[in-house]
Order: sequence, then structure tokens, then C-alpha cells
Amino acid sequence: MKYIDEFRDGALARKLAAAIVAEAEPGRRYHLMEFCGGHTHAISRYGITDLLPPSVRMIHGPGCPVCVLPIGRVDLAIGLALQQRVILATYGDCLRVPASNGLSLLKAKARGGDVRMVYSPADALTLAQAHPEREVVFFAIGFETTTPPTALVIKQAARLGLANFSVVCNHVLTPAAITNILESPEVRQLGTLALDGFIGPAHVSTIIGSQPYEFFAEEYHKPVVIAGFEPLDVMQAILMLVRQINQGRAEVENEFTRAVSREGNVKAQALVSEVFELRRTFEWRGLGQVPYSALRIRDAFATFDAERRFSLETRSVADNKACECGAILRGVKQPRDCKAFGTLCTPENPIGSCMVSSEGACAAYYSYGRFRETPGVAAPI
Amino acid sequence: MSAVRADYIRPLDIKHGRVDLSHGSGGRAMAQLVEQLFAAAFDNPWLAQRNDQALLPQPEGRIVIATDSHVVSPLFFPGGDIGCLSVHGTVNDVAMSGARPLWLAAAFILEEGFPLADLKRIVDSMAAAAREAGVPIVTGDTKVVEAGKGDGVFITTTGVGVVPPGIEISGDRARPGDSIIVSGTVGDHGMAVMSQRESLAFGTDLRSDTAALHGLVAAMIDAVPEVRALRDPTRGGLATTLNEIAAQSGVGMLIEEDAVPVQRQVAAACEFLGLDPLYVANEGKLVAIVPPEWAERLLQAMHAHPLGHQAARIGVVTADRHHFVQMHTRFGGKRIVDWLAGDQLPRIC
Repeated sequence: MKYIDEFRDGALARKLAAAIVAEAEPGRRYHLMEFCGGHTHAISRYGITDLLPPSVRMIHGPGCPVCVLPIGRVDLAIGLALQQRVILATYGDCLRVPASNGLSLLKAKARGGDVRMVYSPADALTLAQAHPEREVVFFAIGFETTTPPTALVIKQAARLGLANFSVVCNHVLTPAAITNILESPEVRQLGTLALDGFIGPAHVSTIIGSQPYEFFAEEYHKPVVIAGFEPLDVMQAILMLVRQINQGRAEVENEFTRAVSREGNVKAQALVSEVFELRRTFEWRGLGQVPYSALRIRDAFATFDAERRFSLETRSVADNKACECGAILRGVKQPRDCKAFGTLCTPENPIGSCMVSSEGACAAYYSYGRFRETPGVAAPI
Repeated sequence: MSAVRADYIRPLDIKHGRVDLSHGSGGRAMAQLVEQLFAAAFDNPWLAQRNDQALLPQPEGRIVIATDSHVVSPLFFPGGDIGCLSVHGTVNDVAMSGARPLWLAAAFILEEGFPLADLKRIVDSMAAAAREAGVPIVTGDTKVVEAGKGDGVFITTTGVGVVPPGIEISGDRARPGDSIIVSGTVGDHGMAVMSQRESLAFGTDLRSDTAALHGLVAAMIDAVPEVRALRDPTRGGLATTLNEIAAQSGVGMLIEEDAVPVQRQVAAACEFLGLDPLYVANEGKLVAIVPPEWAERLLQAMHAHPLGHQAARIGVVTADRHHFVQMHTRFGGKRIVDWLAGDQLPRIC
């Protein structure tokens, strides 16, 4: 595949790996957080950890839209499907997220809820047009990448005057989450979470640009390298971070120049701010209430806001006690530190959200890397 | 003696007609559907007995039987349809024991309102596939369900075959050191079907690889009777099949990403949907486990067959008490190729 194979070249990867090994200073440790689930997935899928020296440790961040979705919000969607009898449309990843009472949207569907998996918000809009007699609710999740398409369908619905279409908006914001992690007691006071630099999101940054990260570099003195989701992008970003740390620099560097500019996608930003406004606060799984970290639908589009249309209230529900998703999402713990990992909690039967999406740290560890946690695996013959 | 003239009953209006509940009621309408559509297409001496069962000669050798239900959406896709798929699927399940498939039985669940023209297309495609495979459909059944209670057509086929003497092929026979061979490119069927899904449709000239593999299997065991295990990687793809054999045999596997044949279009389509071709369905491919000393000879035999000309050795069976299937990535790392949890889903991040 042209334009893809170039970014997965094994020989180039070995060169980059050699450079990282050569430039990583003896005695120094490099704790790098990849914020985004896309990077977590790439690191696991291509076995990138195998290519890194032991002094470079990757910490998985909370940038997985399914993982940070709190139980209360999923309960909301289940209620809409089972009690309000709406057609509840959402992305496939959402269907298996565990909610209260042992339910998930998939289980709600098996109990007669009309839950439909869609590939885009536009499909949900089409559903509403095809079923004028039914209420159709799109359960929107995701970071800045998936927000513009949601904004677009709300505007379309307004233009078409659709009376049976609405959206539960769970869109969240990347910079707010990074700030939350940097302000967390583990980083600031306790020092239990060492963070020396960030790999900045790929797709999110195509929308918001590289500018929003400049604050982290200046205020917290943490280097940020924005990187694409291809494995060579990740390797290159790690090398760039190692160099910045060695030289005592803390700057925003852009490895993903083929797609990310400083300003980002101005048109998409305008669309988003036309339809959405900041929520004062929003609950994240793992991070708790994070101020100004999510979006809600503006008054001008209130009729398309399912939370207002159905007078919905989000209840805060505690995670399963055995589940360490919270600490894992904050980077404080690794999946293997969780007692439930791979025993009680597996991709077939997830207890925590990190085990659901392929971008979740636990699912990525489980699916691609669990042989590392298993001593005694014989070498191939 | 009053005789009803044969042409007194109006023939089925295949062009414009639709399945209705009377076609499943056991009355004249059903008899007519069976005669004019199914029996006419599948025509063979066993079916001509017109009994509720087929009386068959006793075959020599060990008998294998396999059954498979087919529910596919859309019913027609590039390279095939549910009809030929339902023949190939079961013929292949029988053949993966090394058996020569002899007969098929077919059961149809039709949804009220389904166009007879589409049904005829499907039945003709089944008949052609059965004829080409040399495996007659000797008995069958038809039921009709109310509109909304089916998805057009569901087809269940059952196949019977015999295993030649001296052939011992089973998923529990893989041993550390054995070679793993795949008969051609993976993921073609799944991506061809997906390219036609309403909400996902994308332009491509990809075609399903649906095919009956018993000819290839016969050529393989003719050349190398030592073949230990055979399986067709259908739902769940190559990854799932390897995990099944690893668990059944109590071994591990190590494959090389670079060695697994994948068509460029399949790789590209998987890439933009965020899917992994190792988990995408095939309907005309097989995986073979063979002692390493026989691998080269088996590959030669496969390369000489039209359905195996892209066969490749993709890895080795390992000793591993966890029964992991692992892969050396093209990138230089190593990772697990796990069982699939739920469906493969496009990425949203």
C-alpha cells in the first residue's frame, strides 16, 4: 500500500531504535506518556516496546474515548433504549462498555432495546429520516476528532427540521485531560507518577492544531511531540522526546507535519463552536470531575439535545471495586498491576472500560502483549 | 377418470412473484415451489425419488458429516451469493477431514415477501456450485416465516463424505516444529461482502474467494498423506483458526507477518476501516499443518492447483503451554494474535 508501507518499514524502525538506544543517556530514565489510545494501539500492535531500551518507559494515557466514559452516561443511553423506547444509535465500541446492573448497550439490545451500531453520525441521521414515527437518539462520544461530524449532523437536522432526532453529547477535550493529569497529586506532590514528556495526539491535533499544547511545554516544562499513528511516527516521536529531555528543552514539536498545522482545522473549529459550548464540569472515568473538559449543545440547538428533550439526569456511579481503570487511565498503574486483569476482566467479559476498546490500555496489553506478563513461555523451536 | 391437466395449474410467476405463507404450508403451492424451483435446479436420481429422505448406497470408508447454516447480508455480493456459499461452506467443512464429499442436504428458511426471482438466482447458483463440485443435493426442506421474522433467506446445508484409508487429519494433531501453510490471500471474502454493506459501501473490484476446496485437498493428501491438520479460516479469519488449532493441539504458534499473503486492496480497505485482515473471513482458503520435512512438497502440490497457487508457509508450531499464537511483526516486534472478542470494529479515534 503506497503511503502506508513507508511508515511501517522494519529496517527504518531498527535504525530509529538504534538511535534511541544510542542517545538515551545512561543512568537517566525517560517516562513518556502517549496520551492517545491510537498510539497505545500502535505500540502494542507493532510490538514497539520490544524495540525500546529499558530506560524508556511508555505510560498509557486516558485518550481512549470509550475508556473515559463514566458508567452514569452509559446508564443514560441504556435508559433511553429500554424505558423511552427510542432507537439508540452509537459507535460499535460503545456497545460493550459495562454499565450498572451488569448491563451494557449490547445486553440492553438483547433485552429488546432498539440499539443500532452506526459507523458515523450521518448514519444516525439517516435512521431518523427513515423512521419518522420513532425517536432516534445518537449517543455521541469521542475527543475533538469525532466532534465536528456530530456538529454537522445537528446542523443538518436543524436545516431539515427533523423533529425526531437528538444527540446525547459526551464529547470531551484533550487539553483539559492533560492538565488534569499534570495537576494530579501523583504528579505534583507525591511524585509517584514520573512524567518526562508527552506524545501528542495525531487525529485530535489535525483539528485543534499544535498550539494548545504550547501551554504544557511552557507552564509545566514538559516536552510534547505530536505524532502520527503509524509505528514509525511513534518511534520518531520517542527519539525527538529523548533528545529534548537530554538537552533540557521543553517545546512543542510536530512530527506529524504531513497533517497537523499550528492552527489546526479552523473550519471544523468554527463548526464545533457554533453548535457546542463548554460544560462547567464533566465526569471522566478515572479522572473524576474535570472542569471545562467537555462540550454540551448550545441553546440555539436545544431541541436536538437529548438530555433536555428527555429531561435526563446523569447519576455518578462508582466503578467495580476490583477495577483499577481509574489509576490506569491516570498512568499511575499498569494493566498488570490490576488484580482483575486477565482473570476476572477479559475482553470477552470486561469489568472495566479499559478492557473494552482496542484502544484501551488493558485490551491492548491483553490482546497483543500478554506473553510478556507470562513467565515461562517457551522460545519458538 | 378425471385427470387434472398438467398445465391446468398456473406455473410459478418467478419473474414477479413473491414467497408467501402458502409456500410453506405443505399444500399445492409448496409442492409447486419445490418442483419448479428446487427439484428442477438440483435434479438428480436421489431427489427424483421424491421422498422425505434420500436412500443412498453405503459408502466405503469412514464417514464424516458436517453442517453449516448460512446467514449473510447482503445475499448477493461480488464473486458469489448465499447459494454457492452454502454449498462451498459445507463441502469445505467435510473436506477439511481429508474426506471426499459425496452428498448434501439443504434446508431453506424463506421470509414471506421474498422475490421468487431472487430465490431462483440463489437456487440456480447452489445447483451450479453443487454440479461443479460433483456433490449432489439429495434431500431438502423448505419453511416460510412471516415478514420481519427472517432476513430474506437462511440456508442450512449438511454434507456427508468419506475419508480415504490411511488419512488421519485432525485439529489436535499439530506438533511443535510443524510448518503452517495457508493456501492463498486472506480476507478477500469478508472485505468483498463489507464493501457492499449499505452503511459502509466503498468502491472496489474485490471479489469473494468462495470456492469448494475438496479438489485442492485431494491433490494435497495425494502428494503428502502426512498432512496433520486442515481447516478453512472462515468467520474470525486466519487468526481464529490458528488459535483453535493451537488450543486443540495444546501447542503455540509463531507466524511471520511478512509471509501472510494479503491482497493490496484488502490491506488498503482494512486500513481505512481500522480492521485487521488476519480476522477477516475467507470462504475459499485453508490452513494446513504439516511436518516440516513435508512442507516443501506440499507447497509444490498446492502451487500446481488453481486454488493453491498463492500458497505460502507462514510460520511454525511451537511448544507453549499457554497456547499463544504470536507474530513477528513486519516492524520488528512481536505480538500476540489473539482470539477475537466480539466483532471487529472500525476505530473511532
